[in-house]
Amino acid sequence: MSLPPRPLHLAVALDAPSRPGADHDAADHDAAHFVALARLAERGTLDFITLGDSFARPGLDALAVLARVAPTTQHLGLVPTVTTTHTEPFHVSTAVATLDWVSRGRAGWTVGVSTTEADAALFGRRSAAPPAEVWREAGEVADVAARLWDSWEDDAEIRDRATGRFIDRDKLHHVDFTGGSFTVRGPSIVPRPPQGRPVIVVEVTGTAADAAAPADRVLHEVAAAHADVALVRAEDPQTAGAARAELRERARAHGRDPGSLVVLASLPVELDSSADAVGLADLIRDWHADGAADGFHLRPADPARGVGLLVDGTVPVLRHRGLLRRGYAGATLREHLGLPRPANRYALAREAS
Amino acid sequence: MSPARPGPEARGRKQIHLAAHFPGVNNTTVWADPRSESQIAFSSFEHLARTAERGLFDFFFLAEGLRLREHKGRVHDLDVVGRPESVTLLNALAAVTDRLGLAATVNATFNEPYELARRLASLDHLSGGRAAWNVVTTSDAFTGENFRRGGYLDRADRYTRAAEFVATARELWDSWTDGGRPRPVDHHGEHFTVRGEFTVPRSPQGHPVVIQAGDSPEGREFAASAADVIFTRHSGPEAGRAFFADVKGRLAAYGRRPADLKIMPGVTFVLGDTAAEAQEQAAEIRRRQVSPQNALLAAEQIWGVDLSSYDPDGPLPDIDPDPGSELAQGRVRIADPKAVADSWRALSRAKGLSLRETVIETTGRQSFIGTPEAVAAEMDAHVQTGAADGFILVPHLTPGGLDAFVDRVVPLLQERGVHRTEYSGTTLRAHLGLPEPAPRAGERNRNVH
Ligand SMILES: Cc1cc2nc3c(=O)[nH]c(=O)nc-3n(C[C@H](O)[C@H](O)[C@H](O)COP(=O)(O)O)c2cc1C
Repeated sequence: MSLPPRPLHLAVALDAPSRPGADHDAADHDAAHFVALARLAERGTLDFITLGDSFARPGLDALAVLARVAPTTQHLGLVPTVTTTHTEPFHVSTAVATLDWVSRGRAGWTVGVSTTEADAALFGRRSAAPPAEVWREAGEVADVAARLWDSWEDDAEIRDRATGRFIDRDKLHHVDFTGGSFTVRGPSIVPRPPQGRPVIVVEVTGTAADAAAPADRVLHEVAAAHADVALVRAEDPQTAGAARAELRERARAHGRDPGSLVVLASLPVELDSSADAVGLADLIRDWHADGAADGFHLRPADPARGVGLLVDGTVPVLRHRGLLRRGYAGATLREHLGLPRPANRYALAREAS
Repeated sequence: MSPARPGPEARGRKQIHLAAHFPGVNNTTVWADPRSESQIAFSSFEHLARTAERGLFDFFFLAEGLRLREHKGRVHDLDVVGRPESVTLLNALAAVTDRLGLAATVNATFNEPYELARRLASLDHLSGGRAAWNVVTTSDAFTGENFRRGGYLDRADRYTRAAEFVATARELWDSWTDGGRPRPVDHHGEHFTVRGEFTVPRSPQGHPVVIQAGDSPEGREFAASAADVIFTRHSGPEAGRAFFADVKGRLAAYGRRPADLKIMPGVTFVLGDTAAEAQEQAAEIRRRQVSPQNALLAAEQIWGVDLSSYDPDGPLPDIDPDPGSELAQGRVRIADPKAVADSWRALSRAKGLSLRETVIETTGRQSFIGTPEAVAAEMDAHVQTGAADGFILVPHLTPGGLDAFVDRVVPLLQERGVHRTEYSGTTLRAHLGLPEPAPRAGERNRNVH
């Protein structure tokens, strides 16, 4: 008798490799390129795709690309990086909420920061700050974004013909957030998105946090406090497993259910042949058996090749071994990840009072 | 790709440019109508955009608001409210349309040039050259409370910031060489310092189309210097012609020709099988737009005091307005409330109108009412006589409010030879007949200020 296998979560990064000095690749600016990769990833029933971003990175705005992809896919989760250092928190929250609306509940957001002078010079407003500082601020942005997503209760729109009221204003809330470097009054202009809150993703390194730099400690704190998914960059299953345990412990310290933090090992992969694709399936099986992670975020060196080999080579082997589902059971990214739709904090507070 | 009939230009008639306004947040949507659907679901936007593209419109247009309006210190609850963020939404609509231009209203006061230029250039790439930006400057401390910049700017400063914002965005959009490499931008101005490489190549139509909406002399001057299209409220024939002449007259000072700036008023329309039926429907729409609650609210905005004890079907208040009232926030201020109140009272006395009837009479003009033939003829006349270059149509139903126009009026405009029978170009600039801006990366076009 065998236990039902723990679900294996799979995600893939569509980031083109950085090509220092190389010419910009036309594919980086072409919607068709991203649509084709996303459809492929959906055929492989992956949980989500990620697309990185920073202001000095060659290429298009990542959230724009995944919004363009949204209507061409049905199930796939869409997770762009949106940086918080030079962008208004209000704009971050409304853009991510809108990605959730246009994808009917498939949006995520990898929280990004900017620590370079190059990025700062593009804005000319503030100089680059140390990572610990910008990550602390990023945590506040994630916090206020979630509050803004809650600032409309789910049933705030009433369209009550008898009284002429379109909304029940008792169900809209000022968030009145004061952070270290910004304030936001609220409520949002965007109604609560389909997932309640889009999935928040934070990338961390798998080094032991106590010994690490202050910035890593802050980063792990941000992940533990705000992330639904943590992507752990680790070289071996033991390190990844330790990071997962540590993150969950920290999440518990924040009063969260540790099971509500999905931890994926984030691995660079070189896929050049079908043999590589099968080799990757073996590695995934071994790491998964070791309990290193709840799943994997794979970063192919060349997505145009790698995603195809992953979907046509690795995925069938994993399915054959009963490790990976054959279709999508749910409709939203939260459902793929086994995460509940969050209750609205303001509704809870109102009901409690 | 030759048109079905002789080229309209050959027959000497000006082409009408058409755009569709998605009736998102407003007090004119008849949301209680059984045909009214979601103002936020993607399916609604898809429906209106596909309808506009079926009608071979130039572009689809989204307004913006960055703070929910408040009344008596609480979120105002009578109007349609809640909308997605425009640029993100338009990227998604680019996937379900092929030719339609995609225009986002984005405030210049609460954004930064590098970031917004990158977002708009991304939309232009992802849509194959269909992006437009409506540069608005509405700014008050009330809206500023949602942003870290905080505060607000005087009207004069708002437009100098907006002008430098657009100039800086153009520097970034122009910064790639013909060889496909970025050249560093080094902008030092009064409002912005931007140094570094723009990471997005020149976009498919050179620059996204720039639209301006704002009516003060400063706003008109800014439009004359920097915009490709003006979105205006001046839609009547006389007001339209005066506005048209004023704005087109300002272009020469900037070395521009009248055809370089298209003037497109926002207009409503009501169609009927007969003129009488259209008038009847228009009256019914007005009655539904101005509910008893909305009538009181409109009066409260002028009087600046709580009028909830008044009867909307009774007479107007005989007290004087409070000129310093903060009752309504997030709305355009009425310059002289006492004068408005006096004119309402005069009208009410002269025609024996109740409060609600007075509001119906005085607010929200409807632009084109009639049979499809009459509406097509009237629109054509506006354009041929220099009252407008075209129209931004504002339906009063979401999302089906444009269906009848496209089915019944568009064919008549095509018959008149004033509306295309197929798209001849792929970019929004091509639809509008605007030239692609020449690349300027080779020139010393930096430090414009
Ligand atoms: C037809 C029209 C549409 C406008 N749409 C918007 C809008 O969607 N969002 C916004 O913030 N401001 C909008 N505005 C406001 C203008 O950008 C501007 O701030 C306002 O008209 C005040 O500037 P002014 O004194 O130059 O007229 C609009 C103005 C006009 C005339």
